Amino acid sequence: MGEKHVRPLSMVRVGETVKLVKVNAGRGLNSRLAAMGLVANTELTVLSNSHPGPFVVTVKESKVMLGRGMAHKIMVV
Amino acid sequence: MKKITVALAGNPNSGKTSIFNMLTGARQHVGNYPGVTVEKKEGLCKHGDYEITFVDLPGTYSLSAYSIEELVARNFVIDQRPDVVVDVIDSSNIERNLYLATQLIEMNVPLVLAFNMSDIAEQRGLSFDIDQLSRLLKAPIVHTVGNKAKGKDELLEAVREIVERHRERHPHIVHYGDEIEEEIAKVGLLIAEKEPKLAVKYGKRWLALKLIETDSDIAERVESRDVLDAAEASTEHLRSIFSDEPEIVIADRRYGFISGACQETIKSTVESRHSASDMIDAVVTNRILGLPIFLLLMYLVFFLTFKIGQYPMGWLEWFFEWAGAAIAGLWPVGSESAIKSLLVDGVIGGVGGVIVFLPNILLLFAAIALLEDSGYMARAAFIMDRIMHKIGLHGKSFIPMLIGFGCSIPAIMGTRILENKRNRFTTIMVIPLMSCGARLTIYMLIIPAFFADKVLLRTGIFTIRTQALMLWMIYLIGIVLAVVCAKVLRLTLFKGETTPFVMELPPYRMPTGKSICIHMWHRGWMYLRKAGTIILGIAIILWVAMSYPKPPAESLRGLNAEQRQQAALKYSVVGRVGSAMEPAIKPLGFDWKIGTALVGAMAAKEVFVSQLGIVYAVGDVEKGAHSLRRQLQDNYSALTGFCIMLFCLISAPCVATIVMTKQETNSWAWAAFQFLALTAMAYVITLAVFQIGSLITG
Repeated sequence: MGEKHVRPLSMVRVGETVKLVKVNAGRGLNSRLAAMGLVANTELTVLSNSHPGPFVVTVKESKVMLGRGMAHKIMVV
Repeated sequence: MKKITVALAGNPNSGKTSIFNMLTGARQHVGNYPGVTVEKKEGLCKHGDYEITFVDLPGTYSLSAYSIEELVARNFVIDQRPDVVVDVIDSSNIERNLYLATQLIEMNVPLVLAFNMSDIAEQRGLSFDIDQLSRLLKAPIVHTVGNKAKGKDELLEAVREIVERHRERHPHIVHYGDEIEEEIAKVGLLIAEKEPKLAVKYGKRWLALKLIETDSDIAERVESRDVLDAAEASTEHLRSIFSDEPEIVIADRRYGFISGACQETIKSTVESRHSASDMIDAVVTNRILGLPIFLLLMYLVFFLTFKIGQYPMGWLEWFFEWAGAAIAGLWPVGSESAIKSLLVDGVIGGVGGVIVFLPNILLLFAAIALLEDSGYMARAAFIMDRIMHKIGLHGKSFIPMLIGFGCSIPAIMGTRILENKRNRFTTIMVIPLMSCGARLTIYMLIIPAFFADKVLLRTGIFTIRTQALMLWMIYLIGIVLAVVCAKVLRLTLFKGETTPFVMELPPYRMPTGKSICIHMWHRGWMYLRKAGTIILGIAIILWVAMSYPKPPAESLRGLNAEQRQQAALKYSVVGRVGSAMEPAIKPLGFDWKIGTALVGAMAAKEVFVSQLGIVYAVGDVEKGAHSLRRQLQDNYSALTGFCIMLFCLISAPCVATIVMTKQETNSWAWAAFQFLALTAMAYVITLAVFQIGSLITG
């Protein structure tokens, strides 16, 4: 199958499971996200995407809430 | 008895606090890490012939230099060198939790892993090959259930074993791949050569790794330019190979190692994970239901803190009145003794004034502990985030601000739920703008005095009356000012990007009575010991200023009791300050009488009312409220009345609030700033309102 295109997490619909590719953010944020388990190839499932509120995803065994701005910076496939 | 120190590390929500409570019971001491406002908890525990001091490190996901909490935790480990570090791990979320563990292992500390909440992991169908996992991680693993006090002896035994058996250390646990390992080795060699002292203290591999991760705090400790240059070159080289920050690649590799170790040793039999939590979340974070549920819970918090709190408060007030009367009874009736007055009005009044807040503080912290331990607090932040973010505050700031409507003292203590210093300090600074219960007594005196209760608007469902509208307006002014000030503070003094909003939503858990009790006990004790003593001291100083110097006896001759009180107050330091202030407050529409009451109100806002009663010689305000209101009507315009409320709302918070701000910001400078800035703002706003108002009303 052809490679699915890379898009920001904010475009992902509720219920979809995607894989993290890269975080386009500064070092501090990048490192914090990595510490919470958001590193490349991690599977994320979107639980809540209620515009304009925050964003909830499952990462490994935990639920993590992200600001919408951040969801724009996280690239997934 | 051998004394050792054990540090407790762990992720937020890993149940670290429950382990700490299990180990140390109520024998805990809460303070601050030097120089920062991060809370440091210590507790004692005896095991065999060891006296163990447990230090509860801040909960962190990692040990980088990006947040104060992480830095504090890390520096404690590398500089204080605890004998053992216990890493508390949420067994139902092993992979993420082991990330911190790999970093601790790399730091070459004697480590014990506590697999906490193992009961929940079991319910979820997780089974661990502990021996194998322990071999892979090169650290002993103990199963614990902190909130059920299971695994305590096993954990202490593991700690003892580590201390007694000199274990070989394995800082080289994760293999980062040839490219990175090569650079680590290169920089490591240079460190051993140029910085031998640091290499012995921290280990060359770890130092090299941190420098390649461009850790600013570690770089500052290195003096050798050669080492720093070499590390920079390595980082640059790796960056070009991976076309990503080496730091992120390193994090990746750590997770790679962890997931490899977990695949071999952890079996999962059940698929569904968060089912119960998910169901609760579907309701409480629902788009439509979320906000009403949150508001209802907030109402309950407020109700618990102040409505239920008023009963023990009433008993305490009654007790102190009784104690005052009992002591006064030791002197013959009608005699005037300075010592009697000091004891009854100064000391007992002062102690009573301190203790009277205690029920509110205990109840508020019981409510906060319930919200936090159950996991709801994170959802509250989620729900309020959208609104609070607009004024540059965290979703959780809403709770202390709401509590501020009851009293600033517990509210300022309540800002401890905010981890970020900028958010916390901004919230503390604006809390006094929430009209507290004491200010309500001022509004209740003034509004009926100047505003006849006319019906302004009547519809089928509700009517708007003047007095209610006035009260509503004054509260609203406070809220609007708080929002504006928070915004301004976040753009100036507490500038900095709004912390990127990432937060874990922990699974819901049943809070335990023990943990709530310990939490309440701590806060109550901390308030009494730290703030209470200072508040008491200042209250006594204020009492002296209100009572001394005494007017000469002949000037009181022929006066009745009320007039005598009035003359005494006018003659005292407070009265003199009030009079001296008159030229300054005249443009606000205030005279020396209001000035005197304002100075007295520093002790507590509601004192304004009784002071005004004294300067108008109407005696007991509770009985004489009506005559005091008439005096006010005769002497002042409605505009002045409004300005009094406005000034009391914004100006100088009471001494207890100032002391609390000092306590929670760890600096008198912030307390002074809050005091001066609010007073200046009150002056400017009241001046503008009075001057413009006078022009309009003529």
